[in-house]
Amino acid sequence: MKNIVSLRYIWFLISLLVIVPGAIYFALFGLRTGIDFAGGALWDLHFTTKQISDLNTEKIGAIFAENGFEGAQVQVSTVKVNGKEIASAVVRTKELSATAPEQQQRTILAALTKVYGEVQRESLQSVGPTVSAEATRSAAIAVLGACVAILIYLTVAFRKAPNPFRYGVCAIIAMLHDVLVVLGMAAILGHYIGLEVDAYFLTALLTIISFSVHDTIVVFDRIRENLIHRRSGEVFDDIVNHSIVQTLPRSINTQLTSVFTLTALVLFGGVTIRNLVLVLLIGLISGTYSSIFNASQLLVVWEHHEWRNWFRRGSSAEA
Amino acid sequence: MRNREIVPFLFIMLITALCAWIAFAPDNTWLGRDVSVRLGLDLQGGTQVLMKADGVVDKDIMATAATVIERRVNGLGVSEAIVQLSGKDRIIVELPGVRDPEQAIETLRGTGRLEFIDTKGKFLNEGTIVRTSGNPEPKVPAPDPKKPADPANPQPTVSPEVYQSITDGRDLDTRQVSLRVTNDKISAKPAVSFAFTGQSASDLATFTAANIQKPMCIVLDNVIVSCPVVQSALIGGSGEITTNARADAEKILNQLKYGSLPITLNIESSRTVSATLGANSVQSSIIAGMVGLIIVALFMIVYYRLPGLLATVALIIYTIIIYAVHKIIPITLTLSGIAGFILSIGLAVDANVLIFARLKEELRNKRSLLRAVDAGFDEAWPAIRDSSASTLITSAILFVFGNSFGVSLIKGFALTLALGILLSLFTAVVVTRTFLRLIVRNGALQSLWLYEISNDPDLQEQSAV
Repeated sequence: MKNIVSLRYIWFLISLLVIVPGAIYFALFGLRTGIDFAGGALWDLHFTTKQISDLNTEKIGAIFAENGFEGAQVQVSTVKVNGKEIASAVVRTKELSATAPEQQQRTILAALTKVYGEVQRESLQSVGPTVSAEATRSAAIAVLGACVAILIYLTVAFRKAPNPFRYGVCAIIAMLHDVLVVLGMAAILGHYIGLEVDAYFLTALLTIISFSVHDTIVVFDRIRENLIHRRSGEVFDDIVNHSIVQTLPRSINTQLTSVFTLTALVLFGGVTIRNLVLVLLIGLISGTYSSIFNASQLLVVWEHHEWRNWFRRGSSAEA
Repeated sequence: MRNREIVPFLFIMLITALCAWIAFAPDNTWLGRDVSVRLGLDLQGGTQVLMKADGVVDKDIMATAATVIERRVNGLGVSEAIVQLSGKDRIIVELPGVRDPEQAIETLRGTGRLEFIDTKGKFLNEGTIVRTSGNPEPKVPAPDPKKPADPANPQPTVSPEVYQSITDGRDLDTRQVSLRVTNDKISAKPAVSFAFTGQSASDLATFTAANIQKPMCIVLDNVIVSCPVVQSALIGGSGEITTNARADAEKILNQLKYGSLPITLNIESSRTVSATLGANSVQSSIIAGMVGLIIVALFMIVYYRLPGLLATVALIIYTIIIYAVHKIIPITLTLSGIAGFILSIGLAVDANVLIFARLKEELRNKRSLLRAVDAGFDEAWPAIRDSSASTLITSAILFVFGNSFGVSLIKGFALTLALGILLSLFTAVVVTRTFLRLIVRNGALQSLWLYEISNDPDLQEQSAV
């Protein structure tokens, strides 16, 4: 445990090992955007008198197509409502008409009822193209705004430490690390389990950003304090290492409590926010990792201006 | 010396008692106020739509439109409904717990097509459904965005004739529709004055000039409202409808002023959630919250022992306060709000963990318990302050941008998170600290084991020195 700092390039390598596959998936498949950002409608239907085996996704898709919703994506599953198992279908279509959406809903429900008996519309969300475009723009501004605000705050908060700007920048880099990890994982999960990037996802992402900075600040605060009480001959690397070790129990404990509560949410919470919580879990773990193994290590890299040696040596790994 | 803890202790007890009173108020009434928990659409079911005005509109028209919709919402009898202007040309409507959302929204945004028609000298009974040249097919809503209206009450008889529309309700200047009650003994009849603009004004002038002493019928959504007799030519498109009773005048006034929407509203986005899904979510969230709280409490007690126990008490106080605050303000509780709350438990614990970690270090440095408690808090403060500030910044940004989704979904999360941070500062810095100081002075609880020191060799810490 003593030489966390000296192994810094190994920690960076581990980060890369997580980020690079995510980036590849991101480049190949992109994110699976939900209706909040892509527009469209999401129908959650319960077939109260049917079993899941009675449902035919192609048939349901055809019924939607006959009534003006071509290219509907249908997913069927069994859900538990008040202890009773009910066959359900989640259908994604283009958005409802702006002028007569009520009529469209009635037509679809009537057509489905004719084939499958009683159909309950559990939820239906429809987002038009203007709103989704605005949402996408707002999301980008929100993430950027959060970055800038935090950078300014950290620079001010650490003004008494030498090179206050560095703390802000390193915290932001660690934060971007977490954003990359989460986006990459979202691309991977989107490809395999159909995780969608929606308004909940953005909420999770912004929360991760703030928690990541939260973690980083705790470590930086120790560094700031230990620098003030610096003994003669103590090198910066040791101070950072010492600070990390001192804050390690706290980092792990806080992480554990968050993991406990979030896991409880995944297991017992509603289906609706399961993706939100899953993304939060990934992001929080990444956030703790980056605060310990990236943000603080980057301070050391900066202190030594190590980038000067990166290309000379050819290999960046340091034992 | 003792007073230093007694005052904050009494303060904490007072706040907790007050909040507990609000949180567990019988019948959800507190000092005559309704303090029931307000559940968001995703928890109690209901519908929310974001409607955008078609074409160019100004502030006044939007305000009138919002008033019209509000009146219609009141007619639906939905409690806690929200009608809110958003930006320049949008209206957000939230109808919690509404039975038939499609029907409700259809009613709300029906333009309420207001026309004056030429009945060729005939009087038509109030309530008769007629075909008009403006909307010849009253039963079936036409696909044309300008005619989405259909009659509210399904009348089986529709006159086969198509009557000529003289005016278009869009040209009615609703700001100029007003009640005239004169005190003149001779003409004491109440009247509604109105004014049309544009094409409708000139058409109306032409028609009335040619049809003096003949009836002209007012039609709303193809239903006859009344058939007043033309008294004189309405030059310039403005005139008065005289009635026999004030109630009649008021009814016509309402029909004219608020009966029709001055604009066509298109639905940009909508969310509808059934009540069963909502109820299911509430149930599972409560279970998740309880399980999370219990696990965290156990973890804190096992790991931090006495301080952990105090932190758990502080956490319970925190939960009571945040619940009471939600009820009293009131803050609408949404699914993501609950997630924000559960997440804020982690934050509340974190402040405590930071303090305890410092406390332990101070004790290891052979400080006295009391001094260690104080030093622990002082040392941990900058980290708590800075991290809370950064989370507050993000919550503020989330809150502001939450608007662009036209949903209270993200706002609820941001609000709960921000509230959680502020309250967790209070519980960690004031509550836990006061409890610890009180207990530290008590001779019986001096054993360092309680503070997880003597028989707990911490390898990480040793190697760090």
